[in-house]
Amino acid sequence: MYYREAGDFKTSYRADQQNFPIRFDRIHFWVMMVLAFGVVPFFINDYWANAVFVPFLIFAIATLGLNLLTGYCGQVSLGSAGFMAVGAYACYKLMTSFPDLNFFVVVLLSGGITAMVGTAFGLPSLRIKGFYLAVATLAAQFFLVWLFNKVPWFYNNSASGQISVPRREMLGIPITGPETAASTKYLICLIIVFVLGFVARNLTRGRIGRSWMAIRDMDFAAEIIGVDPLRAKLSAFAISSFYIGIAGALFFSVYLGAVEVGEAFGINNSFLILFMVIIGGLGSIYGSFAGAAFLILMPVLLKNVLVSGLGWPSDLAAHLEFMIMGALIIIFLIVEPHGLARLWAVTKQKLRLWPFPY
Amino acid sequence: MSSYVTPDGRTIGDVLLEVKNITLRFGGVEAIKDISFDVREGEIRAIIGPNGAGKSSMLNVINGFYHPQEGEIWFHGKKRRAMKPSQIARQGIARTFQNIALFKGMNTLDNIMTGCFTHMHTSLIEQAIWWGRAEREEYRYREKVEHIIDFLEIQAIRKTPVGALPYGLQKRVELARALAAEPKLLLLDEPMAGMNVEEKEDMCRFVLDVNAEFGTTIVLIEHDMGVVMDISDRVVVLDYGRKIGDGVPDEVRSNQEVIDAYLGVPHD
Repeated sequence: MYYREAGDFKTSYRADQQNFPIRFDRIHFWVMMVLAFGVVPFFINDYWANAVFVPFLIFAIATLGLNLLTGYCGQVSLGSAGFMAVGAYACYKLMTSFPDLNFFVVVLLSGGITAMVGTAFGLPSLRIKGFYLAVATLAAQFFLVWLFNKVPWFYNNSASGQISVPRREMLGIPITGPETAASTKYLICLIIVFVLGFVARNLTRGRIGRSWMAIRDMDFAAEIIGVDPLRAKLSAFAISSFYIGIAGALFFSVYLGAVEVGEAFGINNSFLILFMVIIGGLGSIYGSFAGAAFLILMPVLLKNVLVSGLGWPSDLAAHLEFMIMGALIIIFLIVEPHGLARLWAVTKQKLRLWPFPY
Repeated sequence: MSSYVTPDGRTIGDVLLEVKNITLRFGGVEAIKDISFDVREGEIRAIIGPNGAGKSSMLNVINGFYHPQEGEIWFHGKKRRAMKPSQIARQGIARTFQNIALFKGMNTLDNIMTGCFTHMHTSLIEQAIWWGRAEREEYRYREKVEHIIDFLEIQAIRKTPVGALPYGLQKRVELARALAAEPKLLLLDEPMAGMNVEEKEDMCRFVLDVNAEFGTTIVLIEHDMGVVMDISDRVVVLDYGRKIGDGVPDEVRSNQEVIDAYLGVPHD
């Protein structure tokens, strides 16, 4: 099977604008989906779910969210982890106040609440851009973490100041709490990622996505063709926060189970998500997944190679891991500042012409 | 004066846009001093003048980037209140820029599709679901955009990122984007600047075709006198923010004040 569009004639606009214009891609994508939904759940164990798949899927949602804001609409945000905390606490409060509410509804509502908070913190973007906006969103990060530490109402006055997820079942299967099976956690995250990925793609290929990109590329030209910067920027903040809020809710309820806000949602995680966006590729849905995969899988891989493979002491390996990750990020930014998505696009371009590049 | 027919057979209608006694100041600098002129429906109206005469400022006033301290703008026979540029775009005024202002991160097709923004109405939820209304709307406008692509002969660069295009083509894509908004009034800020003779001829043809085919009223700023005199119906001449001439090209050409402004006057 060759990777090219030659001979694959498009006869309708629908065919021309489909997600994967090349047949090879299309087949690959659906094979991947069948594997992810139909095969992986039967083989997944606790180690793979907790170390690799679940964090990857959750961070993929957060990265998608930040990519919609930063990559598509051009508004830098350093408050991602703060917004994840909003999602997590919204999820906790909803689960404890309304024990009968369906878990998926809770997650959706947590996203909605985060969207409102995110829109409020997006207001400065109407006046300031670039670095200054980044600093303004940094304020959101610190303020939100402080708020969730300071006000006991958010953690139901628990003595430890932590929030921990109550056990919930759906169709008799535990879906949150310590007894949850690895495959259940994985499937919950996968379904949500699939839906949100699809929605992100739809938003970015239509009218709204174009208005975001117009604001990103040339804001005054966007204005003269009728894009209202206020609506475009605030909708980007809202949608982005919706995604990040859902990621936060899942991070708390499905992945960690119990959360201390300063630890789980500190500034480090904000940077991690931003790195995922940059390394994956700004303004690319594929890049969001690639970036999240890279930054989640690389440490796991390094640890396995260094500790299990070469038998090094684990503390030495942990420090070396930081150094290697840092070096990799720097090398990456120098060699391919547009991220893994661009690298992938270049590879595909080469594949199209292979084996006769001229 | 009501509508009349030009020698080349186009019908010029009533007044579409009228600017009355516009004065625009930036601090102590008066960029535009008490300027009035009108633009009639179906007309190609040129604004000329030396550098710094206030031509671009005038366009910025018309599409709402600048708010003049004094004066009124009448559009479609109604006085226009102060509005944001995006609202003015919705009234049917589109423009291109002197320095190309395309969306560099998108390809040609997406750039032109963005021009349809004011006409597309599906909501966020419909966009998110995509199947159904959003998809139908997208393809309906894709078809319109394809007509414009055919019209401006840019089929081959449909999927090319605009940053990779040569200058002349970028100008053409920018015109296409403005046309996609189906404007009643099209403002062109130096559409032929920096082009070679051949590209200029192409662009002139497109401007004339747009005017003839879609009946779009055009206001253009241009420095190339040959072009201006050839394609415009009436010309406004500005100098240091003042209006020094207004009329059909032949009148303006023989106006002593205009000749002085362009060639300079000996000091004796």
